[in-house]
Amino acid sequence: MFRVVRAENLAPDIYRLEIEAPRIARKQKPGQFVIVRVYEEGERIPLTIEKADPQRGTINIVVQSVGKTTELLNRLEAGDAILDVVGPLGQPSEIEKFGTVVAISGGVGTAMAYPTAAALKKAGNFVISIVGARNKKRVILEREMRDVSDELLITTDDGSYGKKGLVTDGLRELIQNGTHIDRVLAVGPIVMMKAVAEITRASRIPTIVSLNPIMLDGTGMCGGCRVLVDGKSRFACVDGPEFEAHGVDFDTLLHRNAMYVDAEKRSVERCHQEMESHD
Amino acid sequence: MIDRADSAPNSLPRRERMKIPRQQMPEQPPAARATNFTEVNLGYGPELAAREALRCLDCQKPACMRECPIGVKIRDFIDLIIAGDYLGAAAKIREDNVLPAITGRVCPQEDYCEGSCVLAKKGESLGIGYLERFVADYEHRMGVVHMPATVPTGKKVAVVGSGPSGLTVAGDLAQKGHAIRVFEALHELGGVLSYGIPEFRLPKEIIKQQIDYMRATGIEFETNVVVGKTVTIEELMKEEGFDAVYIATGAGAPLFMNIPGEQLNGVYSANEFLTRINLMKAYKFPEYDQPIVEIRGKDVAVIGGGNTALDAIRTALRLGARNAYVLYRRSEAEMPARAEEIRHARQEGIDFRFLTNPTEFLSNGDGWLGGVRCVRMQLGEPDASGRSRPVPIEGTEFDLPLSVAVISVGTSANPVIQRTTPGLATDKRGYIQADPETQRTSRTGVFAGGDIVTGGATVILAMSAGRRAAKSIHEYLTTGVW
Repeated sequence: MFRVVRAENLAPDIYRLEIEAPRIARKQKPGQFVIVRVYEEGERIPLTIEKADPQRGTINIVVQSVGKTTELLNRLEAGDAILDVVGPLGQPSEIEKFGTVVAISGGVGTAMAYPTAAALKKAGNFVISIVGARNKKRVILEREMRDVSDELLITTDDGSYGKKGLVTDGLRELIQNGTHIDRVLAVGPIVMMKAVAEITRASRIPTIVSLNPIMLDGTGMCGGCRVLVDGKSRFACVDGPEFEAHGVDFDTLLHRNAMYVDAEKRSVERCHQEMESHD
Repeated sequence: MIDRADSAPNSLPRRERMKIPRQQMPEQPPAARATNFTEVNLGYGPELAAREALRCLDCQKPACMRECPIGVKIRDFIDLIIAGDYLGAAAKIREDNVLPAITGRVCPQEDYCEGSCVLAKKGESLGIGYLERFVADYEHRMGVVHMPATVPTGKKVAVVGSGPSGLTVAGDLAQKGHAIRVFEALHELGGVLSYGIPEFRLPKEIIKQQIDYMRATGIEFETNVVVGKTVTIEELMKEEGFDAVYIATGAGAPLFMNIPGEQLNGVYSANEFLTRINLMKAYKFPEYDQPIVEIRGKDVAVIGGGNTALDAIRTALRLGARNAYVLYRRSEAEMPARAEEIRHARQEGIDFRFLTNPTEFLSNGDGWLGGVRCVRMQLGEPDASGRSRPVPIEGTEFDLPLSVAVISVGTSANPVIQRTTPGLATDKRGYIQADPETQRTSRTGVFAGGDIVTGGATVILAMSAGRRAAKSIHEYLTTGVW
């Protein structure tokens, strides 16, 4: 059992959970993730580690409610427990002094971009962050991102905060203004990462994306998280989750991630019915 | 061959013994079991077991014992069954085998003890596996599992992986008085026994029992630890005070076929398909949350001819598949699966297509699997494995409509530990190098065995590596000499 120490609401449907997991806290590096199973009948899902505190023996995960498991996680309060948490899994982000790095994140992806952006900043890079969200209420980790960025641009779809538009507009503008960019990191919805890759492909800027395929064991045993990179099948759990964006087949990933949509809908509906009958 | 001393409990003359037919294993009828996950074999009762045991010829030099990879004293435990001492028989097996209820169910006896049984030369071999299972289950029902007392040595051993090899090492070393902690990456113990082998062949309850017995002897288990990620081998030895480590993480990574269409929805590795069902209980969706694609009324094929392939396709059948095919590129004679599993699968209505190899998975036009293109094969010259090499026959391609395909063509080495353990030698294919006698690796105090050393093999071979490793680890801990 892994105890929840703190649960904090960051935005509508988005919570930050601090979880006691001393072994993971000691080993976590930016870019890595955990797999959690909330309760005995639960499924296993991967979640990125936002931050680890080896002294306190805790890790933070940031969760957006998109299905039954994430909804259950976001109902947890301090003192509750998660049945299984395993990690840190995946390859850590590649951290070195590249020069100028643009860290682009959308929605809850900002929680995944944050630790890597922080490490890149610490390694001496000039970090320009572009944080996107649908609207003002959904912008998360603004203060944290500001702390680790030399420049921060916020975009919202509806213009309720920062600049109106998409993160890709911000990136395009930087390129058009002649900003020299050595590397781009993009974390967020698949369509966003794909759009970023299209832009930087033309400018030949090395671009890293953090992929989020459906996973099961997270240790390379099942191959369910296979993604096509440069036409080859790679396992996101052990070879990734970060890959060079220009080789990634995003359309196949998008399609594979929709494999269980019907089942997920059924699961959520059933869960809501059960909750109502308990009220 | 002469009879043993007069004290042998079997007073029946040899000629009479040979007249007794092999006692049939009571089974669920095929039509019934094809729709449930309850165990196929129901097990001998005392009467059947006693009669079967009487068939043993009490060989002076029993070939069965010589062939057993873990050295179970087969003749001795059979004698105890004949004498009516079932608990004594179980204790006798436990001297060499910490998982008798499991090997009694899944060991390919026809390749070892039963394959070498003298009775098999003129008829059917002694039902050694069935008898082993009987005494192990009897012992459990009686609730008196005899675990030998031990004197603590003060030495600590970390076992990485709770599959058959890890459990064997843990059991053997605990009997020597060493403190054992087993680390498991998944949330459930048992390794391939839990995630790989289905309920209808090895009920989870049996695994749980065997592990509970081990726990009772003081062995500790820690789940959710991926050694190499959560903690390294070096940290286990330097910071957590383990005097030796045994690596038994299994083969790990599933092989795909590298043919077009493998990314289509509905194409699974056998590991994923079976893990969703066995470990995550997707067959109970939506009571359990982990889903699997719809199988009911669909056409499903497994590619491969091993036990894992048959486990997968028989699982699909139980989930309501309309057609359940085995596509195997060689012929039936070359199938690596246990004879009993092939027989059971056929009884249940599995459609075997031998000398058939997929060349492409076909889309239904919407990103989902719609069919598979196959080519017919013929057997050519023997290859490196000694089996005839299958060769495609030109112009024999045909398409088979399919909604779900399960690829079960083997595994490759999982690299997690090798990448994070400096100085741990591996072979060309990435498997850990270990001495075949002592299971020692290139790093002092570190031993390895099972599939992560040999590549995908069987439960019993993983256990035999565990036995050798336990002996060698004990020697190392006692003498301190590497």
